[in-house]
Amino acid sequence: MSPAAGYNFGFLDEYAKKEIRRATLKAVAIPGYQVPYSSREMPMGRGFGTGGLQLTLALIGAGETLKVIDQGSDDSVNAVNLRSFIEMTCPGIDTTTSVDEADLIQSRHRIPEKPLREDQLLVLQVPYPDPLVIVEPSEDKRKVQHGEADYSRLLVKLYEDLVHFGEITISHRYPTRINDHYVIDPSPIPRWDVPKIHQSKALILLGAGREKKIYAVPPYCKAEPLAFDDVPFRVEDFCDEQGVRRACTRCGCTTSFLDEFVDSTCGEKIYQCSDSDWCDEVMGEQS
Amino acid sequence: MGYVAIKGGGKAIGASEELLELLRSKQSGDAMPLDIDTIMHQLHSLNSRVLSEGGLYHPELSALAIKQCMGDTLEAAFTLRAYRSTRPRIVETAMHDTSKMRVIRRISAAFKDIPGGQTLGPATDYQLRLMRMDLLDESPESFQAIASTWLKKMPDEEIPLTFPKVVESLRADGLLPPVVQVSRGDAFDITREPMIFPVPRSAALATMARAEQGGLLSLAYSNMRGYGDIHPTVAELRVGYLPVYMPHPISGEDIEIGEILMTECEVVAMYEKGTDQDAKAHFTLGYGACFGHNEVKAISMAILDRALQMGASDGPSNPSEDAEFVLLHIDGIDSMGFCTHYKMPHYVTFQSDMDRLRATQKRDESEEKA
Repeated sequence: MSPAAGYNFGFLDEYAKKEIRRATLKAVAIPGYQVPYSSREMPMGRGFGTGGLQLTLALIGAGETLKVIDQGSDDSVNAVNLRSFIEMTCPGIDTTTSVDEADLIQSRHRIPEKPLREDQLLVLQVPYPDPLVIVEPSEDKRKVQHGEADYSRLLVKLYEDLVHFGEITISHRYPTRINDHYVIDPSPIPRWDVPKIHQSKALILLGAGREKKIYAVPPYCKAEPLAFDDVPFRVEDFCDEQGVRRACTRCGCTTSFLDEFVDSTCGEKIYQCSDSDWCDEVMGEQS
Repeated sequence: MGYVAIKGGGKAIGASEELLELLRSKQSGDAMPLDIDTIMHQLHSLNSRVLSEGGLYHPELSALAIKQCMGDTLEAAFTLRAYRSTRPRIVETAMHDTSKMRVIRRISAAFKDIPGGQTLGPATDYQLRLMRMDLLDESPESFQAIASTWLKKMPDEEIPLTFPKVVESLRADGLLPPVVQVSRGDAFDITREPMIFPVPRSAALATMARAEQGGLLSLAYSNMRGYGDIHPTVAELRVGYLPVYMPHPISGEDIEIGEILMTECEVVAMYEKGTDQDAKAHFTLGYGACFGHNEVKAISMAILDRALQMGASDGPSNPSEDAEFVLLHIDGIDSMGFCTHYKMPHYVTFQSDMDRLRATQKRDESEEKA
């Protein structure tokens, strides 16, 4: 699909890109605020990262290098699909699997383990842009609650979790307060990745295509997961029964988010780094 | 050990595409591919549906979408919509007058006779739904003879091409309030502006016009059955070809550029008290219109339009009267996309889910011991 086939650079027409850039500027200016935008239909399913994709297509230019990950991996079906579509419609860009080499990283469900730099941009794909949706289905009412920074019902939900289960049950998409006002849904990243948003050197942009919203966490911005004074926020626990931190069975790393699965040949439970680029890099350092 | 978690995505997708293409062509050795013209004409209803949900009036491309998507309406409408979304908006047309429609069918359930008369036209309504076994092995000769036989026995009398609108006679009688005139440019373009609730009626109508038929019907049916109180009477349902005018690029004058097949429905519902200026009570109106020949869709839309107007003025008391509930859940492209996305890998979030469950289980265990 070249421009000759009738598609513009980046698939979207220039009006669409301009609108996305404007919405992005507004999102950066009001950290955590969900900016509505018209959101075009993309040739892949709504829910497959079309919000992130529209951001990437509106922001990337020839000569820049892109990394696309899904579940921490560059080789996941959806990452492959998105990357090849972007390559096809954006002639002149480069792609990479290395975090270091990337100017722009589009990701679903993970933030890379390696800290990002100021000159990098992270685009996260978002299915549910609004953290209040778990307590209030009406968008109209939620908009008022956000405006008033009224997150009392979310806090009540967390409290009720503690009463029912003794634990906060929110596993991912953990509500996070940005710059002391708006609480965002940080996309379905695990709690493990939430602290990486706080004071991130890279600009983080979040795009929800189906729900037609763009929001941002600017660099060096405060990002605090909702918690109570006596119940601190906790990330996923990767310790075994004896309380020893599990290591990646491939690279041996004990500081990364792990995927757990059953080995199809030996039937044993295996733990491996979810972030494939990180795992490769740790392996490389050892050899 | 290799990186087992996720690998070979690209190869798998490639192979899957090949298999899908194989599925599309899976027929005996001398089979012919479906030709676009056949889909456009013989799958009239399917093509109508895809045109309407795709939101682009291009019968040929919509037939192509049906062919490449193997008849899946959601996928075909999606493909057409994604094509549409790459096209810039070049012009805004003037308001179109559906009384100018070249009608193939128009009926009213409100009056025995209407100005111009009832025209049943091609309709499945009174057809017996019996399997027509003779079509299992239809010969080309008998198929081709249908049109020529029909044309031969066509009556000599002239049938008017256009008919006045039934609602106009209701307005003339003072049973319906006069039309509120809006100027060109006032229509909300849902493809260019995000909907922030409450939205104007034009945004609601545009959203419903390209909504998924099943979704629209299901919400309208909830109102018909009792989760709502519209009790509509179909003042008029018409199907036909509407001449389309566009401003000439140089002179700016409106010129006819072609015609589109569309379905339009007006329902009349319970009367309400007039406004301050006009204290007289009037019937209320619900409006539905869409590309193609989709009668169930046009009627459902008209009922929901009325329900939404009611919800907007009195506050919603049923799901079908709640604009957010209706308008955000009827788009086939949105809803099917989100539904199918659950098939994608969710390893990371599930890992987090297990972490929470195990932490809770551990707590339960230690409490039991204590």
